[in-house]
Amino acid sequence: MVLLSLAYQSLKNRVLTTTLTVFSIGLSIALLIGVENVRVGARESFANTISQTDLIVGARGGSLQLLLYSVFRIGAATNNITYQTYEHWKNHAAVAWTIPYSLGDSHRGFRVVGTDENFYTHYRYRRDRSITFESGRLPQEVFEVALGSDVARTLGYKTGDKVVITHGVASAAGRGILDHNDKPFTVSGVLAKTATPVDRSLYIPLEGISAVHIDWTDGAPPMPGEEVPAAKITKQTMKIDQITSFLLRSKSRIDTLRLQREISTYSEEPLQAIIPGLTLQELWRTIGYAEDALTVVTFFVIIVGLLGMLVSLYTSLNERRREMAILRAIGAGPVKIISLLVLESFLLSIAGCVLGVLLVYVLSVTFQPIVERHFGLYVPIQAPTATGWIYLGAVAAAGLVIGFIPAWKAYRNTLSDGLSVRL
Amino acid sequence: MSERAPAIRLTDLHFSYGKGPEILHVPAFQVEAGERVFLFGPSGSGKTTLLGVLAGVLGGYTGNVEVLGRDIAKLSGSQRDAFRGSHVGYIFQLFNLIPYLSVMENITLPCRLSAERRGRLNGVSMDQAAQTVAKRLGIDELLAKRVTNLSVGQQQRVAAARSLLGAPELIIADEPTSSLDYDHRERFLELLFESCKAAGSTLLFVSHDRSLMHLFDRQLSLPDINKAGF
Repeated sequence: MVLLSLAYQSLKNRVLTTTLTVFSIGLSIALLIGVENVRVGARESFANTISQTDLIVGARGGSLQLLLYSVFRIGAATNNITYQTYEHWKNHAAVAWTIPYSLGDSHRGFRVVGTDENFYTHYRYRRDRSITFESGRLPQEVFEVALGSDVARTLGYKTGDKVVITHGVASAAGRGILDHNDKPFTVSGVLAKTATPVDRSLYIPLEGISAVHIDWTDGAPPMPGEEVPAAKITKQTMKIDQITSFLLRSKSRIDTLRLQREISTYSEEPLQAIIPGLTLQELWRTIGYAEDALTVVTFFVIIVGLLGMLVSLYTSLNERRREMAILRAIGAGPVKIISLLVLESFLLSIAGCVLGVLLVYVLSVTFQPIVERHFGLYVPIQAPTATGWIYLGAVAAAGLVIGFIPAWKAYRNTLSDGLSVRL
Repeated sequence: MSERAPAIRLTDLHFSYGKGPEILHVPAFQVEAGERVFLFGPSGSGKTTLLGVLAGVLGGYTGNVEVLGRDIAKLSGSQRDAFRGSHVGYIFQLFNLIPYLSVMENITLPCRLSAERRGRLNGVSMDQAAQTVAKRLGIDELLAKRVTNLSVGQQQRVAAARSLLGAPELIIADEPTSSLDYDHRERFLELLFESCKAAGSTLLFVSHDRSLMHLFDRQLSLPDINKAGF
């Protein structure tokens, strides 16, 4: 206890170096734990980009491709599936609900998704969050569109604005020559932020997709004068021929695998069904090596922090030779001298750990909403994970071990100095 | 410790650092219990080394060193440290105090480190005992202060108080007055004598300044007792 209070008071006496050392260790700890949290958050956010969907079904092709265009709106489908097929599975006894997606059009770089009410009712992300509206309501008429929050924010649209969609996927700048100019859509509402790819799309009724293409033949727009006027089109008169893919929820999880097999072997049309969780994991594994690189870097930061502590303790030893001689004179043996310095280093690293954890909390609380808004990354605010505790323990232990280096030097000093110090 | 055992007895002491030249050769040197001895030690006379040996910090000598009747060569390193901590008070020439502790904490530190020395406070609390010693040395007003705010004279009195607390049998003072002016030296010595008497401690006072030697019971010169290299 005497040594502990000595160590504490000695550190307190060197406020500046102590503070700096604790800060450098604290910052590296914060970085380590922060990276760990971001890692967990990224993996979680990624895995929960889409929730409660048991299967994603599309035309046969690559499973990753199906996931990418259906969930992340990246790439395009090579084939569509017929609406009859969709209806067959929609009405299947083992199916709870389905959400159809019809893809292929865009608006200033954002994908346009044709879907129906099921999307607004059943779509779930981050475990159990559903789609809500920031303003307005879901599209009810053929030429109404709901905007993902990023779309509305980037393009500055609000409810009531007119939106012209482009055939195919054009870049943000390119207003393609194949605009569906004759059939503009009215914004009926803006979706609330989800921090998932949902934010980066426009949502129109399936009938809307059919409507803009009604007068097209063989993938080419109608000749001037041959357009079908928008005023003549109503939801009831529109026939839906095909969709791109659909999300499916089975009534019981046990049915999922059986359904998957049944869909894959459907004889009417070549289909494939993927389990989003598995494919997401597969995708994460291919891009996840970046997180290992990040961890390696943080470990080096920790090492630098600890080396800083070593340097500050070691350099303080020369000016403390006098103090050591006094301690020797009043009966402190080498063991006590060594313990004193090891304790100091241990206290520094413990203080650094505490500071680091506090920093992570403060930063998480402060920046969590910002990070979520800008990067779609939900970083959990939580007590250190098991890995976090291991890191903390390792740093404290490293502090203890490193303390032996200056302690040994101090011990050598006291042996050669004895009770005299040549100043 | 027996009252009659001499505080210090050196017999045929030889010491050198490693394979270097012999620094000390003391055929015989003895300080009786309760004595106040002035040891004249000009620089280069082996003073620092002798004190290191007496304090049990320097080993590797030949001959016999008995402190308070104990042959310190027979003690292990840590036993010597503990022995010094509880039986010997040591006052340096300068910078006696741990800079980050208060005056009170400096005075009580040896007692906090050594249970045996704490035991010799005779049931009086450490703070109370420190108060008493501090009062005798005229520094009881300073106890709560930081040591960095003290004058050199005050610092030396705090060092004296620290060496005296817990009444160690032997006080070794290594030029404690060299940084004080003449009037303060005498005053400091009077206080030190008084306190040693109250604690029943033996005082070995080493200095190169002979102007104070007349105040002591006995005067010795280190060049006379150290035959090494002469």
